[in-house]
Amino acid sequence: MKATTRTADGVEIITLQGKITIGSGDTQLREVITNVVNEGKNRILLDLSGVTTIDSSGIGELVGSYTTVTNRGGKLKLLHLPAKLNELLHVTQLITVFEVYEDEQEAIKSF
Amino acid sequence: MERGYSERIEITISSRFENIELVQVIAEHLCENAGVDEDGSHWIGMAVREAVANAIKHGNKLDVRKKVSATFVLDGAELEITISDEGEGFDPEKVSDPLNPQNLMKTSGRGIFYMKTFMDQVHYSFHPGGGTSLVMTKNLTKGSGIASNKA
Repeated sequence: MKATTRTADGVEIITLQGKITIGSGDTQLREVITNVVNEGKNRILLDLSGVTTIDSSGIGELVGSYTTVTNRGGKLKLLHLPAKLNELLHVTQLITVFEVYEDEQEAIKSF
Repeated sequence: MERGYSERIEITISSRFENIELVQVIAEHLCENAGVDEDGSHWIGMAVREAVANAIKHGNKLDVRKKVSATFVLDGAELEITISDEGEGFDPEKVSDPLNPQNLMKTSGRGIFYMKTFMDQVHYSFHPGGGTSLVMTKNLTKGSGIASNKA
C-alpha cells in the first residue's frame, strides 16, 4: 500500500493506493494514522479511490483508525469509496459509522 | 454456466500471509472459467482469502512449518472449497456477531461473517489428532450474497 498526504484548509487528506490486507497494508495504515495524529492533526480525510483490494483486516484497521482519531477529539471521514469497499462496509453495517463523501470540496467543508 | 463442467484443484502452502493471494487467485479463475461474472468471482475469492488468512493466523499461528491446504471441487454449478490447517481448532459458537452493536467498533472478528455472506454454507470440522477443516459451498448460479444483489 502507498500513502500520500497533503493538507487543504486544515484537513489532512491521506490518499491510499493498493492493497489494505492482512500482513501488509493493514499495519501500514495504522502507522500512517498514528503518525498523523501524533503530529497533532486530527481532521483527517481518507481518499480510498486507489484501494484495489481490502479484506477484513483492512476493514478492521479502518475502524481502528476511526477510533484512534475520535479518541483524540478529531474526525476521520472517507472519500471516494470503491464499489466493493462500499459493499463490505454495508454488509457489516459500518457504513452507519463513517461519513462518506464523493466530492472532496464538500468533504473538506464538512469538518 | 457451462453444464457438466467439472474440475478439481488442490494446493498446499506454508503459513505465510503472502501466499494467501495464490489461493484467492485460483478461486477467482476457477469461478471465471465456470462462467461466473467478475463480481461473483471476486466475492468467492474474498471468502477464500478470509478462510486462508484465518487458517494461517488463528489455526497455524503463523508457524511457517505448518501447512494450509485448499481443495476446490467444481461439479457443474456446485462449488465446494475445503481449507485445512494444522491448528488446534476453536469453538465456532464463541465467535461474536460483528453486527451486534457492542461489536460494531471492534477491529477484528469479521472474517467468518464475510465467508458466510458470500458463500451458501460454511461448516467447520475438527480432527481428533489436530487440524481444522473449513468446508464452504456455493451454487454458482446464485447471486453473490451481498445485500445489493439479494433483491
